[in-house]
Amino acid sequence: METFVLNTLHMVVALTLPPLLLGVIGKTKALFAGRVGPPLLQPYWDLIKLFQKGSVFSTTTTWVFKAGPVVALVTGVLALLLVPLGNAHGPVSFTGDLILLAYLFGLSRFFTASAAMDTGSPFEGMGAAREVTYACLAEPAFFLGLLVLAKLSGSLDLAGMLGSHVADNWPKQGASLALVVLSWFIVLLVENCRVPFDDPNTHLELTMIHEVMVLDHSGPAFGMILYGAALKLFAFAALIVHLAVPLATGNPFLDWPVFITGTLAVAVVIGVVESTMARLPLPYIPILLAAACLLSAFGIILLVR
Amino acid sequence: MNANIGFACIRNGMAIPRRDIPELPFADFRARVVEAVASGGRLACLFGDPASTLSSGADAMSLYAVIADSVRAQIHVGTTRLTSDRFPSLTPDCHPAHLFEREIAEQYGLRPEGHPWLKPVRFHASYRPGHDAWDRPEGTTPIVGVMDYYRVEGEEIHEVAVGPIHAGVIEPGHFRFQCHGEQVFHLEISLGYQHRGAERTLVGGPNKRTLHTIETVAGDTSIGNATAYCLAVEALTGAQVSARAQALCGIALELERLANHTGDLGALANDVAFLPTASFCGRLRGDFLNLSALLCGNRFGRGMIRPGGVGFDLDDARKAQFLDKLAGAYRDVTVAVDLLWDSASVQARFENTGAVSLDDCRAIGMVGPAARACGMECDIRQDFPWGIFRFKQIPISTSESGDVFARAFVRWLEIGRSVDFIRSLLSEFPDGPVRAEVGKLRPNHLAVALVEGWRGELCHVALTDDQGRFARYKMVDSSFHNWNGLMLALRDQQISDFPLCNKSFNLSYCGHDL
Repeated sequence: METFVLNTLHMVVALTLPPLLLGVIGKTKALFAGRVGPPLLQPYWDLIKLFQKGSVFSTTTTWVFKAGPVVALVTGVLALLLVPLGNAHGPVSFTGDLILLAYLFGLSRFFTASAAMDTGSPFEGMGAAREVTYACLAEPAFFLGLLVLAKLSGSLDLAGMLGSHVADNWPKQGASLALVVLSWFIVLLVENCRVPFDDPNTHLELTMIHEVMVLDHSGPAFGMILYGAALKLFAFAALIVHLAVPLATGNPFLDWPVFITGTLAVAVVIGVVESTMARLPLPYIPILLAAACLLSAFGIILLVR
Repeated sequence: MNANIGFACIRNGMAIPRRDIPELPFADFRARVVEAVASGGRLACLFGDPASTLSSGADAMSLYAVIADSVRAQIHVGTTRLTSDRFPSLTPDCHPAHLFEREIAEQYGLRPEGHPWLKPVRFHASYRPGHDAWDRPEGTTPIVGVMDYYRVEGEEIHEVAVGPIHAGVIEPGHFRFQCHGEQVFHLEISLGYQHRGAERTLVGGPNKRTLHTIETVAGDTSIGNATAYCLAVEALTGAQVSARAQALCGIALELERLANHTGDLGALANDVAFLPTASFCGRLRGDFLNLSALLCGNRFGRGMIRPGGVGFDLDDARKAQFLDKLAGAYRDVTVAVDLLWDSASVQARFENTGAVSLDDCRAIGMVGPAARACGMECDIRQDFPWGIFRFKQIPISTSESGDVFARAFVRWLEIGRSVDFIRSLLSEFPDGPVRAEVGKLRPNHLAVALVEGWRGELCHVALTDDQGRFARYKMVDSSFHNWNGLMLALRDQQISDFPLCNKSFNLSYCGHDL
């Protein structure tokens, strides 16, 4: 019974909270710009608006174009079934689920990029090329971080790796954990197309990475992409919160509020980064991603020395 | 260059009778233009004119060249009569003539033979029916943007076409990139979508519409173009403008510069996703525009500059208010723009992006802040001073690297110097009337007006007929010289840096298309 309640709570939070993160980022940026900014709940209104619209599909596209948004949404939901939220492990948990998590995102990227290529537009092809290039470099950083956690916890499922051992290990292996937090934050920024890697607000097709791949999607299809992106951002934020704020008292009334505040704090940090930094030139992006890999790698070296 | 090149020699804002302009045989004309430009002169304008008013043959064509000698502040004007529809192109020996010759070919069906890049400019039918440089059948309407683009061939080359409709609310223009991955080999720009036939509308003027047409040729350069027009009209009528009116003209022109430079710095910050400066400068541009409104009731300065002076005076109460608001806006801009220079991440984007070498800049005849960013010391306010600039100087702001950083930095220097200029003008503000009577235009004269608009040199050449009406009115916007600079800036750059380079030039589409 208790499992059922916790799983329900898990899925309710996982499905309703993500757009709020985008709202918090928006508000933070507005604060820095000296503006009022859109309401916190604006991303929800945007999604409702999009789902009420019709979609336009170019006659040159095939089923791949329509599959892109659907896969992006489904993989986002599946990923959140695996990621532990609050103090509980996810509804689905098994040994090796971390690999599934990583490649759910990979699958989503594959279909988004394929849908972009399906339009035949030179812009979208360019965006797809950029997206997969940078993903190649972000993936090792993510896995090296997982390796640190696997080594620390001796476990190969997300619940074990991100569970109570994190709090125990901070005093002993804090340096490794801090390096992983930093590395994963960089991965979060690149995977979710935030500044300094990509500019989610730009209207300039030639500079876009992720946005340019979804230019041809409209209405509900575009809504699914936006919602899927919000889910992905939430999943990454959850991973980072588990590492950075490893509070696990076992009391759900304490753990859940701390966890939710933590994810919102991650959104604020993203907003601050976006407000104080310019975008990197594209050729510099691989350098920063290599740095993210190195951070995680040093985390491992510190463990095995 | 030589003080005497065998052309008529005048100063900025002066008129001469058309019969005093030496008409040379074409070979001689060509040789002198080439020689003058090679030895440091600037080809400010080269245009065709149906010579019917002066000759017996109704179909005869003249070419006029206006060459600016910035060392002596002299302007040389020469002309030649063409006997056929073909003439040997100047471009191979004088690169700045490139776009002018394409324009001449398109407008009057005169084919410059040996031109390396003879394509339409604005895609309109020839003004002289039956004469077409590309031998297109009579009566066909060219479709804008349809022409042979330069192509790079190869398995790994891909072509990206951008525009004419863009993602933002900006003017239409078509850009073709030849890319190898992210690297741009070549960019070709095709404009003409904004062609309204402004020059032809002005023929037969001046009338009630003329000044309004001039003010809307390029909406963001209303004051600049109106200043150049009024300078030409004052030259043709001999009107004497009071010192107070000249000072007000200068203030209006510098306000236009302040507003646009501030907006550009904000837009540059926006293009690199640097939020604070982008949002502050967006607002501050409005503050400078509001200062123009305080001066004359219109944010873009329409109605301010009038032949013989200005349309509105600045009384003491408003002067105090003006200075107060100027100080506030300048203080805020300083804070906002300092953020830009203090951010390493912004500098990483600006530096070494879209550099144009000084040699290229000279060879293609770039003007304005974009040329000064390459280290070229050119500024009409210094080189060919007119109006108040003859009495009060603004130092030339230059940089060296020719990249996006340099273009941004030159703008910032000019903001500071324009504010100083306005303040010092207002501290010793002359008295007197603000508008003089303007009589009739002298018949059969030619006047040249050069003005440093915020984008750079604006050149207006007015030719009057027997009745003292405009027989031809030629305008050259700074963008006409600088679009080629943008093409060169993109060579071997990342295609993702194009919006940033484009914004750092911020050229006018309608000013080019007329």
